[in-house]
Amino acid sequence: MDFIFIFQQSISAAVGVNAIIFALAAIGLNMHFGYTGLLNFGQAGFLAVGAYTVATLVVSFDVSLWLAFLAGIGTSIILALLLGIPTLRLRADYLAIVTIATSEIIRQVARSVTMREYLGGSDGITGKFGAEFFDLNPFPNGLDTPLIRFTPNDLWVVLVGWTLVALFVFLNWVIMRSPWGRVIKGIREDEDAVRSLGKNVYLYKMQSLILGGIAGSVAGFVYAISRQSVQPDNYSTALTFFAYAVLILGGAARVFGPVVGSVIFWFLLVFIEQFFRQGMSANLIPDWLMNNNQVGSVRFILVGVALMLLMIYRPQGIFGDKKELALNARA
Amino acid sequence: MARWLRNAVMALLLSVIFVPTTMASAEGETSTIFGVMVDKDGNPLQGVEFTITLPDTSETIVTSDATGRWEYVVTVSGSYQVTINPDSLPSGVALTEPDRVTKSVIVFGLGNALPEMKFLTGDGPERASTFDVAMQLALDGLILGVTIGLAAVGLSLIFGTTGLTNFAHGELMTLGAMVAYFLNQLGIHIIPAALLSVGLSVVLGGFIQDRYLWKPLRKRGTGLIAMLVVSIGLGLAVRYVFLYIFGGDKMQYQQYSGQAGLQFGPLSITPKSIVSAAIGVLLIAATVAWLLKSAMGKASRAVADNPALASASGIDVEKVISTVWMLGAGLAAYAGVIMGMNQGVQFIMGSDILLLIFAAVTLGGLGTAYGAIVGSLIVGLFVQLSTLFIPTELKYVGALFVLIVILLVRPQGILGRKERIG
Amino acid sequence: MLVHDESTGSTPRRDAALAALANVEPVAGVSKPDPIVIADKVVRQFGGLTAVDVDHVEIQRGSITALIGPNGAGKTTFFNLLTGFDKPNSGNWTFNGTELANVPPHKVARMGMVRTFQLTKALFRLSVMENMLLGAKHQIGESLLRAMLPSLWRKQEEANRLRAQELLTRFKLDAKQDDFAAALSGGQRKLLEMARALMVDPELVMLDEPMAGVNPALTQSLLGHIKDLREQGMTVLFVEHDMDMVRDISDWVIVMAEGKVVAEGQPDVVMSNPAVIDAYLGAHHDMSLEEQA
Repeated sequence: MDFIFIFQQSISAAVGVNAIIFALAAIGLNMHFGYTGLLNFGQAGFLAVGAYTVATLVVSFDVSLWLAFLAGIGTSIILALLLGIPTLRLRADYLAIVTIATSEIIRQVARSVTMREYLGGSDGITGKFGAEFFDLNPFPNGLDTPLIRFTPNDLWVVLVGWTLVALFVFLNWVIMRSPWGRVIKGIREDEDAVRSLGKNVYLYKMQSLILGGIAGSVAGFVYAISRQSVQPDNYSTALTFFAYAVLILGGAARVFGPVVGSVIFWFLLVFIEQFFRQGMSANLIPDWLMNNNQVGSVRFILVGVALMLLMIYRPQGIFGDKKELALNARA
Repeated sequence: MARWLRNAVMALLLSVIFVPTTMASAEGETSTIFGVMVDKDGNPLQGVEFTITLPDTSETIVTSDATGRWEYVVTVSGSYQVTINPDSLPSGVALTEPDRVTKSVIVFGLGNALPEMKFLTGDGPERASTFDVAMQLALDGLILGVTIGLAAVGLSLIFGTTGLTNFAHGELMTLGAMVAYFLNQLGIHIIPAALLSVGLSVVLGGFIQDRYLWKPLRKRGTGLIAMLVVSIGLGLAVRYVFLYIFGGDKMQYQQYSGQAGLQFGPLSITPKSIVSAAIGVLLIAATVAWLLKSAMGKASRAVADNPALASASGIDVEKVISTVWMLGAGLAAYAGVIMGMNQGVQFIMGSDILLLIFAAVTLGGLGTAYGAIVGSLIVGLFVQLSTLFIPTELKYVGALFVLIVILLVRPQGILGRKERIG
Repeated sequence: MLVHDESTGSTPRRDAALAALANVEPVAGVSKPDPIVIADKVVRQFGGLTAVDVDHVEIQRGSITALIGPNGAGKTTFFNLLTGFDKPNSGNWTFNGTELANVPPHKVARMGMVRTFQLTKALFRLSVMENMLLGAKHQIGESLLRAMLPSLWRKQEEANRLRAQELLTRFKLDAKQDDFAAALSGGQRKLLEMARALMVDPELVMLDEPMAGVNPALTQSLLGHIKDLREQGMTVLFVEHDMDMVRDISDWVIVMAEGKVVAEGQPDVVMSNPAVIDAYLGAHHDMSLEEQA
C-alpha cells in the first residue's frame, strides 16, 4: 500500500477546496444551529442559490463576476427572508421541515427541463464564469510538495477561500462576544425567557438566519468558482447533513468548531476512502466484500454513523470539555 | 335612432377611415396558402390549428373552419412554413406522417395560385378529455395518498408519543421493500415475501430499533433536537448500506411487475394497485379502530397528550412507545412494498418520499394520527392533479410549495388545534 | 437588604399600601384607588374549554397582590395573556393606561411589566452574569451592526455589569457569577430569574409561583426579596398555591377558580371567607396529590 500517496491525498483534502466549502457552510450552520438553536436543514439551498446566481448571471446574462457575487449574497438574503417569515414564529421542527423542503424545491427546479434555458437542467451550468477571478491569480505554478499538491487555480482558490473562512471566523468571534451574541445564545436556551426580558426574538432569529445564509452562499461561490461548473445534484440534502457532521465533529457553538471539524472530516473521509481503494487494488480486501462502486457508499455510511455517535456520545464535539457535556445532554 | 341606422353610419365611417389601406392591398397581388382538413372518410375537421412562420420568422396561427378549410393570404413573397398542431386534431384522428408536421412553401410571384397543402390523416388513439385525465390522476393520487398515509400514521404516532421527528422513517419503507425483494430473489413468491418482510420490519425496524437505540437515548435524557439529528444520521447510514448491498439500480419483484391495467371506462388501474391499496386502506382503518377502541390505543393517545400524567395513572409508557414503534415500522414496511410493486425498488425510494410524508403530517397538524391520514390523501391528490397545470417533473415541488404556503396561513395544520403550536 | 421591622413586617411602603386598600370593599371586580393594571372581559378558550373568563380586575399600584386558586383555575393562562405570551379570544387590558391587547411580549416587558415563569427559565449555557446582562434595557451592542464595533458599547456594558453585580450581591449569587446557570440549585435559579427581571427596570413584577420547588430555608429569603420589591416602589403580582405564604406577604388577594375571579380582598378577609376556603382547599388537596405523583 502506498501510504505516502494516501497521506498526500488526505492532507490535500484537509486543506483543500472541499474543506473550505464545508467550513463555510458549517460556519453558517453554527450561527443557526450552534448559537441560535435554529434547525436549518436547508443549508444546501443557500449554497445552491449562491452558486447558481453567480453562474447564471455571468454565463447567461454577461454580468461582471463581482456584481454577480453581490447578487448572490442578495438572493441568499431573500431566501432567508422567505424561509424565516413563515416559520420563525413556529415551533423549531417546522423550520426543519420547511428548510429541507425548500432546499429540495431549489434543487428540483434547478434541474428541471422547464428552467433549462437559464439553469442548465440536470447538467447544470459549465463555463469559464470564474475567469475574472482566475485572471488575478499571482501563482502561475501551483504547488507540488511531497505532502500537498495543488494546481495553480486550486492554489488560488484555496488561499482566497481560507482567507474568507478566517474573515467569517473573526466576524463570528466579534459578534458572539457582543450583547447581540448574548441575546442569540439566550434564544437558543429559552426564547420565551429572552422575550420576557424585552428582546424582539423574531428579529434576532431572522438576523441569524440571514447571516448564516450569507456564509452558506459564499460557500456556494467557492463551490462554483473552484469547479467552474454548477451541478444541481451537488446541492442535495446530503450536503446539508455532511455540513452538520462537520459542525458537530468540530463542536457546535464554538468559533473554530466548523473549521476544525471540516479539516478533520475531509482528512478522515479521503484517508478512509483511499485506504479502501489501495487495499482493493493490492487485493488486501476481497472483491466479494467491497468493489470499486461500493467505496462511494462507504463515505455516506461513515458520515451517518459518525453523526449518530457524535450526537449521542460527544454532542459538544470531539474537543469539547466534560463540563459542557453535562449541560449539552439536556439541550 | 334605430339600431340598423346607427350601425350603417358606423360602417360608413369605418370604411372611410380604412379605405386607403384596403385600396393599397387591393393594388398589390396576393396569393393564398390553403388546405382542407378531412379525416380518412372525407369528413371535414374543424378547429385544427396551423402555425404559419413568415419570411421574417414572425408567426401567426390560423384554424380550419366548418368545411375543414384553412387559409392564409400572402402579401409578401418568400419562404413560408406551415406547422400543424397535432394536439388540435380531434380525438381518434392522427396524422399519417406524425413526424412531418411542418411543410414549406415558397411564394415567388404574388398573384399565382398555390397548390393545396395536404396533411393526411388516419385513425389515431382516442385521446382522453381533460376530465378523464383528471379522473385518472385523482385515482393515482388516492393510491399515492394511501401509500403516504401508511407511513405518515406511524410517523405521526411516534412523534406524538416520543416527540421524535423521525428523519429515518423513509428508510423503514425502503427496509420493507428491500427485504421483500431479497426474499423474492431467494425464490419466495412476493406475497409471502411481503408478509415476511412486514413481520421482520416490525421486529427489526420497530422493536429492536426502539429497544436498542431510542429507549436508551430517552433514558439518558437526550434532547429532542439531538434525537432528530441522530435519526438523520441513522437514515443516511441505512440508506447507503442498502446501496452498498443492493446497488443503485431500480429493481422489480419477480411477480406482477409487468401487469396490464384493467380499464374502467376512461380509468386504467392494475389489479395489484387495487389489491395493495385496498389492503392499505384496511390497515389504516384498523389502526384508527385500534387507537379508538383498544386499551393500548387509548393509552397511546394518553401518552401523546401528557406522558407524565399517563405514567402516573398506571400506563406503562415504554410499552406503549414500543408498540407504537412496531406498528409504525410495520405500516411503513407495507407502504414500501406497495411502492416497490408499483414503481420498483431502489435504495433512495424512502428518502425520496420522506418529504411528502412530512408534508402530509404537517398539513394534518403534527402529532395527530387522523390529521396525518387526511393530510396524506390531500398530498397524494395534489401531487398527481397538479400535473394538469405544471410539468410532471415539478409535481413534488408543487406539493412542497403548498406545504409552505399552508404553514404560512394555518400553522397548526388543517385539523390541528391552535394550542399545539408552542 | 432594606430595613424593616421583623416583628410586624411594618414598613412605610407596606403601611401605605395597606392604608390605600383598607377601605376597598372585598368583592370580586372592585375598583382600586390607584390601579396600575385594569383588565376587562378577558376571555381565553382552548377548544371548547374556557380557561380564563375575567370580567373585571384591577391591580393596585405599589402593593403586593397575590393571585391564588386551585390548579386549572387559569392563573398562569391569565399571566400569559396579560404579558402577551398568549392571545385572548376577546377582551382588553391596560398597563399604566396603555392599551395592551395585541402588544407582543417583548414590548410589554419594555414598558415595565416583567414576568417570571412557573418552570424556571434560567438560560443554562449562559453564565449567571450573562443571564443578568441580558435583562438590561436599551443596549447599544444588541444591534447587529453596532455589535461589530465593541468600542461603541463597551462603556455601557461595564455600567450594566456593575449594576448586575450589585443585584447579584443582594441576592447572594455574586460568588456564582461566572458559573453556568445550569450549575445553580433550583432555589438559586428562582433567585436568578427574579434578579434578572429587575435588570429590566420593571414597574410591575409578575412572579409565577416564585416559591414552587424551593427548599424551606430559601423560601424565607425569597419572601424577603419580594417584600423588598415593594419597598423599592415596584408593584408585585404573584401566583401562589400556599395560603400561608400569601397571608404573610400580600396586601391584597385575588382568588380565581374555573377561569373567573371569584373573590378578592384583604388577606384576612379572603381567607376567612368560608366559601373560598372550601372551594379552594378542596380542589387544592386533590391537586397536590397529583403533583406529587
